[in-house]
Amino acid sequence: MSQDIKNDENLWEVPNAVPLIKVQGVTKRFGSFTAVDNVDLNIYKGELFSLLGGSGCGKTTLLRMLAGFETPTSGTITIDGVDMTDVPPYERPINMMFQSYALFPHMTVESNVAYGLKRDGVEKSEIARRVDEMLAMVELSSFMKRKPHQLSGGQRQRVALARALIKRPKVLLLDEPLGALDKRLRTQTQFELMNIQDKLGVTFVVVTHDQEEAMTLSTRIAVMDEGSFVQIGTPTEIYEFPETRYVAKFIGSANMFNGRVTQDGADHIEISVNDLDTKFYIDHGASVRLNAEIWIAVRPEKIIISKTPPEKPGPNQLKGTIHDIGYLGNMSTYRVEMSNGMIVDVTAPNQTRYRSAKHDLDWDDQVYLSWAPSSAVVLQK
Amino acid sequence: MQRKRSTFLFSVMCFGMAFLYIPILLLIVYSFNYSKLVPVWGGFSVRWYGVLFESEAVWAALMLSLKIAVMNATFATMFGTLAGLALVRFGRFRGRLLFSGMISAPLVMPEVITGLSLLLLFITLNQLIGWPSERGITTITIAHITFSMAYVAVIIQARLAGTDQSLEDAASDLGAKPFRVMTDITLPILAPGMVAGWLLAFTLSLDDLVIASFVSGPGANTLPMLIYSRVRLGLRPDINALATIMILTIGICVVIAGWLMLRKQRQRDQDMQLAAIETLDREF
Repeated sequence: MSQDIKNDENLWEVPNAVPLIKVQGVTKRFGSFTAVDNVDLNIYKGELFSLLGGSGCGKTTLLRMLAGFETPTSGTITIDGVDMTDVPPYERPINMMFQSYALFPHMTVESNVAYGLKRDGVEKSEIARRVDEMLAMVELSSFMKRKPHQLSGGQRQRVALARALIKRPKVLLLDEPLGALDKRLRTQTQFELMNIQDKLGVTFVVVTHDQEEAMTLSTRIAVMDEGSFVQIGTPTEIYEFPETRYVAKFIGSANMFNGRVTQDGADHIEISVNDLDTKFYIDHGASVRLNAEIWIAVRPEKIIISKTPPEKPGPNQLKGTIHDIGYLGNMSTYRVEMSNGMIVDVTAPNQTRYRSAKHDLDWDDQVYLSWAPSSAVVLQK
Repeated sequence: MQRKRSTFLFSVMCFGMAFLYIPILLLIVYSFNYSKLVPVWGGFSVRWYGVLFESEAVWAALMLSLKIAVMNATFATMFGTLAGLALVRFGRFRGRLLFSGMISAPLVMPEVITGLSLLLLFITLNQLIGWPSERGITTITIAHITFSMAYVAVIIQARLAGTDQSLEDAASDLGAKPFRVMTDITLPILAPGMVAGWLLAFTLSLDDLVIASFVSGPGANTLPMLIYSRVRLGLRPDINALATIMILTIGICVVIAGWLMLRKQRQRDQDMQLAAIETLDREF
């Protein structure tokens, strides 16, 4: 995760910091379909901001409105203090890297990259110098005279990046930047993107449906569903403190329990889980009412799985039998069946190398699950 | 079983091919017939080719047809491209369905009706504003443009629908105003479609007999009109020779166009393969 602080402080946490992009009350309707529904968003300089959501959640429409390809039905978009709501794309200080890369097929790599500067009427020698510089940065200097179809997928992606960055935009929009690459290339490119962003100090806004991509790349993530933001926060916040069931399910996997609040203290709450003979104890307060029905999420890797029963019975303990084992090499996923038939997923690292094929946890073994009082999260809905 | 069925299919194919091509072959063979009577073989000769090129009427008709075909193809490509662009790129505008229906109507309209209605239009216009003062090359060209631009529009539509709209978005994003996007990106991408449309419009015009007969005036005979009027007076060997020349010309054009396209495609495939291999080489 890359929430390591690049400047001394995170601008979004600074009171009165001026956002670079300010989206206010933006709605976009296509006929009777509302793609983006009254959203507000502040993105600060130097951020790598991700819009994350499933298909049709409105993330791409929002990105296209930032680029200027769509005009909001209502609301305003301000970039660096200037109202950009009705400014056409060719006059915005923003560039975009398209999902399909959109390289001009009839131009060489060099002309593709130079195109933006040419349209701005930059002097020829200056264009040549900056194209050289940019292609050197993406390590494609020897491919200048090639046409896009003579390049591999990863090379095309780098040409698209160079073309979008050459005008030194204030904001770079990236539409599913790694979507068309194979798995191995993705990881490599991911870090390349982060390095480039760091070097140039350009603000990146990324649209993606891939939660892993969003987690590694971003300073902050906005999770979208049905045209609105469900939660905005750093990758850690989104993962460790999901606010809703949708976020908890969408980012990583989570075991959800439905229960009733039996104790509501300032520093703890206790929940009795429906259908299961156990109590959950959470060591931090939450805004819940006594006796209210609530949802709790526990991440699979936070659960400790063991064949030996706990020393003394208490809260945050479950008992079940192993229903299924998924061996992933570095770790294993255990699907544990509770007495009421509910399945709880547990992941555990494979720290020892098994001498025999027989693992120490096996199908139909009776196991005990437990987790720390800080591990469970109370969800709003 | 499998074998049996394939022999059956094969013989059906042979029969079909024979039905299509034997008449054309016969025509070519008889164009080299010495005899003045078409169906009677009188030995091999090229005398009718000589007779053909001595005839001034044939030359005049050929020149007229070519002039009309070139003008028609050029204008039809311009208008057809614009219509195709409007249909694919302007999204949903009021009356789009009507417009698209009206664009493709000439494709299915009986030629007799197109010809007749255009004739009526020209006569009415002549009475109202005195133009066109006489029917001939101008009226035939206009009539040809009206129906061939529909074919061009269809080709352009298909080509546009198959291209990535984000290419134009990207150009606009990089600072190109709409007109620049058109000249820098859209037109170069459409160029192959426009060439194909031009060739199709050219051939359509060269082929047309019915519409040209309606809107033509005295003294303006296109090549198909000339052939038809001569054949009405009986089969003539010099017309066979003329037809043979037309078939060969068109055939050669088609083969060259196909070869060019195939070569380009092969080059492209090869380049892509090379790029893939290079990437693998670097990675391992």
